[in-house]
Amino acid sequence: MDVTVAVNGTTYERDVEPRKLLIHLLRDDLDLTGSHVGCDTGNCGACSVILDGVLVKSCMLLAVQANGASIETVEGLSEDGELTPLQQAFNEHHALQCGYCTPGMLMSATALLRENPSPSEDEIKKALQGNICRCTGYWNIVEAVKSVADA
Amino acid sequence: MLLREVEYAKPGSVAEALELLASNDGARALAGGQTLINVMKARAASPDMLVDLNGLDELKGIELAGDGTLTIGAMTTYSELMGSAEAKARPILGEVCATIADVQVRNRGTIGGNVCSNDPTNHLPPLMVAVGARMTIAGAGGEREVPAEEFFLGVYLTAAGPGELLTRISIPAGKKDGFAAVTLGADGTCIANAAASVNGAVRVAIGCVDAVPVLVTANSTEGVADAVRGANLMPPSDVHASSEYRTHLAEVLATRAAEEAAGR
Repeated sequence: MDVTVAVNGTTYERDVEPRKLLIHLLRDDLDLTGSHVGCDTGNCGACSVILDGVLVKSCMLLAVQANGASIETVEGLSEDGELTPLQQAFNEHHALQCGYCTPGMLMSATALLRENPSPSEDEIKKALQGNICRCTGYWNIVEAVKSVADA
Repeated sequence: MLLREVEYAKPGSVAEALELLASNDGARALAGGQTLINVMKARAASPDMLVDLNGLDELKGIELAGDGTLTIGAMTTYSELMGSAEAKARPILGEVCATIADVQVRNRGTIGGNVCSNDPTNHLPPLMVAVGARMTIAGAGGEREVPAEEFFLGVYLTAAGPGELLTRISIPAGKKDGFAAVTLGADGTCIANAAASVNGAVRVAIGCVDAVPVLVTANSTEGVADAVRGANLMPPSDVHASSEYRTHLAEVLATRAAEEAAGR
């Protein structure tokens, strides 16, 4: 089936099988490997992307379902090599250890801050509930998001 | 993960969706997909065709009538319900949806999907029974309305049969509701849950203890524990809880939910 998606502002047209998950369209067909496959069961959130303004796990929908949609992935956050304040905060607060969950954490935190620019610590934790860090490095992740929220 | 080969159809109307479902034996309706896509990965379900209900405006929207009755489209997501000003008319609905899984799942998962999948550990089947919801089912012969008590028929089985679709859920006015659950981690899968509604009598629907929500009624919150014991529950044992422990939780959670409801 023909699928047209706009990812980070670039339009792509691909012929995909209906059984292909959105994460595999992004990674395998479009070579956008920033979004990760972690658990493949919808639990870990490493594949989180923003689809038409809504945070979703891209392993939990079919690529064909994204036809016509506008998708934001971690590759689209920085502009001209300039990190966003949130990405900068992740760097400064050492909010990543192995880095595997980081793209999903960044997308979830980005979605949160758009909706609620000054979330409380509890709101941050609730918003990141769908993202699992296998290094258990949550403390610094929450600190990084808080630092941007406070700004 | 690579799913088994599947056909994909995106109908433009409920009528077209019904036709696709009725004329293809292996067709399944795809709502939010937060359960179905996962069970397809595990090959626990292997539909030949997915009929995608996303984008059907007929199945969207939340309306509040003059008498306080809420009508909720089956494809309303948990997040939409949580953010809806109309749905605040029955506050328990948004409160319970906020405890389902996580943001991403709540952004895609739907009210209709939750009740139609009728996993015994789901949150909404007992809640729908407790608040006296009515389910509208569309099929080739038109629409019919089924009370929630008669909608849940068995594990993964509801009154919405092959070739049919749940289109909307109607919920009467009320505020005196409660919900209590013991879950696997915060906002995780329920080990046992109970939804209560007080309107004269106390109605409590208990989840995770049988194939369908178990409804008990009592004259007062004090009578709930006895009513639960009187239901002679025989819940299954699994790795998370023995049958005896689930029976104990049922009584505790039913009482907590009833007390919350009565206290409002």
